[in-house]
Amino acid sequence: MIRLESFLVLSAILFSLGVYGVLARRHAVLILMSVELMLNAASINMVAFAAYTSPERFTGIIFAIFIITVAAAEVGLALAIVLRIFRNRTTANVDEVHQLKW
Amino acid sequence: MTVTEVIFYFIAAATVLGAFGVVATGKVAYAALSLVFTLLAVAALYILLASEFLALVQVLLYAGGVAVLLLFALMLTRARELVPVLDGAQKPFAAVAGLSLMGVLISMVFLTTWPRRADEPTLINFNAIGDRLFRDFALPFEVASLVLLVALVGSIVLARTEEEEEE
Repeated sequence: MIRLESFLVLSAILFSLGVYGVLARRHAVLILMSVELMLNAASINMVAFAAYTSPERFTGIIFAIFIITVAAAEVGLALAIVLRIFRNRTTANVDEVHQLKW
Repeated sequence: MTVTEVIFYFIAAATVLGAFGVVATGKVAYAALSLVFTLLAVAALYILLASEFLALVQVLLYAGGVAVLLLFALMLTRARELVPVLDGAQKPFAAVAGLSLMGVLISMVFLTTWPRRADEPTLINFNAIGDRLFRDFALPFEVASLVLLVALVGSIVLARTEEEEEE
């Protein structure tokens, strides 16, 4: 029998790794990958709670489906923006895109 | 330890290793492959949580769609330098932030008494999910389709090349 806490700890580790990736990486696509890690951690949390606390309502699973939908839309849009920045600046590193920095 | 537990710890280790590969590797292609690995491991976790539908969606949309999209973007945005530096100077601070967040979250998991009604995840059938999605969550469902449509049109408009705009 797997305890609910095991899933929660796993998702906490995954989320923290995602936070580290977002803060430490320079390349915009790598930052997006770390964001995907964080979204997956949130999904695991939701599904674990749905399976252990209210198996007959499974709101958590519906939420996870919406998270995946929004993640797909987010990746599509973000990659279009990254491509645009790369075309204009010939770099996808976020610390080299500093026109708005005073 | 039961068989399920062994499988869980195996998959959990695979997930964490894959995630570590995404944030720590020095090559962008390795990071993308680690991400695919992690996403598949998360799909296996969903199967352990008795929601196969979500596992299917995860494999199809995440490991199939999103990961391929990210790989394409990586190949289109190749760095000019031969050995690209992937991490910024703020790396130690990022490590401190990530580790402290991990500590807070894990201690919170164990300090809280969670409401619990089932000790084992119960199997969820597809029909019930569809029923609930189209009855109780009909409006969010429609909004999600609108979000996808706007994202689709928006990405096409953003990613067009300059010559097409001049025409």
